Amino acid sequence: MAESHGGAKAPATDAHTEADGGHHAGAFPPFESSTFASQLVSLAIFFVLLYVIVSKLALPKVGGAIEARQNKIEGDLAEAQTLKDQSEAALKAYEGELASARSRAQAIGNESRDKANAQAEAERKTLEDQLAAKLAEAEKTIASTRATAMSNVRGIAADAAGTIVQQLTGVVPDTASVNAAVDASLKG
Amino acid sequence: MKIDPIHQFNIEPLFTLGHIGNHTIAFTNSSLYMLVAVAIISILMLASGSQLVPGRLQSVAEISYEFVASTIRSTAGTEGMKFFPLVFSLFMFLCVSNLVGVIPYTFTISSHLIVTVALALLVFFTVLIYGVAKNGLKFFKIFVPHGVPGYILPLVMFIEVLSFFLRPVSHSVRLFANMLAGHIALKVFAGFVAMLGFSLGAIGWVGGVLPLALTISLYALEILVAFLQAYVFAILTCIYLNDAIHPGH
Repeated sequence: MAESHGGAKAPATDAHTEADGGHHAGAFPPFESSTFASQLVSLAIFFVLLYVIVSKLALPKVGGAIEARQNKIEGDLAEAQTLKDQSEAALKAYEGELASARSRAQAIGNESRDKANAQAEAERKTLEDQLAAKLAEAEKTIASTRATAMSNVRGIAADAAGTIVQQLTGVVPDTASVNAAVDASLKG
Repeated sequence: MKIDPIHQFNIEPLFTLGHIGNHTIAFTNSSLYMLVAVAIISILMLASGSQLVPGRLQSVAEISYEFVASTIRSTAGTEGMKFFPLVFSLFMFLCVSNLVGVIPYTFTISSHLIVTVALALLVFFTVLIYGVAKNGLKFFKIFVPHGVPGYILPLVMFIEVLSFFLRPVSHSVRLFANMLAGHIALKVFAGFVAMLGFSLGAIGWVGGVLPLALTISLYALEILVAFLQAYVFAILTCIYLNDAIHPGH
């Protein structure tokens, strides 16, 4: 393979050299020193040009775009965080408000219930007092009526006892002793 | 059927620019492809818009930016970002020109040793001058590794100095040789297809299938190599710059 390759190469190079007007004396092109100066000059020109374009224009532009995107993303994230915090704060405030409203409602309910209870209690008390007063009055009336009745009963009993003793003995008993005897039996 | 795998590397003067001493300075096909590379990079980086949501071209530009930036940060640290324009220019120049060079009938700038040597020396002197300017004599601590026993130190220093001065050689030859060899291999295998077809007729057409398959797979490999060698050149540049920024590591 190497021979056939070498054999094919040699005449081709010759043919090329002839066609080219003898610029390349058949040397291996990368080692042909006559082309070095041209290559170095063009490399210097174009590499410096590239360096200037890259350092002054390209990298600031692309780097700026990347940085702008980074900043935008970070800004958006920060904004989202702020909004989230705000909504959480609002939720917390709402829940606090709800809880306080609930406790206030409970307090109002308790207060009105207590008030109603107290009023009912007071009314009951006055009613009981009135009833008690009426009861006491009634008892007093009963007691006086009873006492009156009892004193009447004593008179009747003394009269009856005197009459009974007169009927049995024919002697009119002494009023004082009859009374004493009636009192003793009433007491007994 | 003639196969000339070397023809693709010829420098053809297109017009003469002037003379320096007894050298003729010409605008060559190499110059043209340098111009093409610079134009492609400029279009990619400048005409791609700065939208908040990037389009395709802008995505490519931003991926290139981030890729080179992260390469520098990971190898030379944040201080290495000083050299971002240099590394970015080197990487994009080589990557674009190598990828353009893979297209048939085009010229590959980095297949010429003089170009890769010039770029490698640019990096070498940047490292040397910046390293000495920033760190003074402490820069030369890179030749004295830590934890080496005294009796072996002269030998280690000799090797370190030698390897430091051979850096531009390996740096440039790696790129040059990869591009050159890849393109020659591609041309040779592609040439076999035509050669078999023309010389053996129908049998040759059938026989040409194997070199054709090889050409296709080599072509894919060459596209990878074109990118990879540009990346290797850029990452070595970062590693060398790291020595200038942080000597004694």
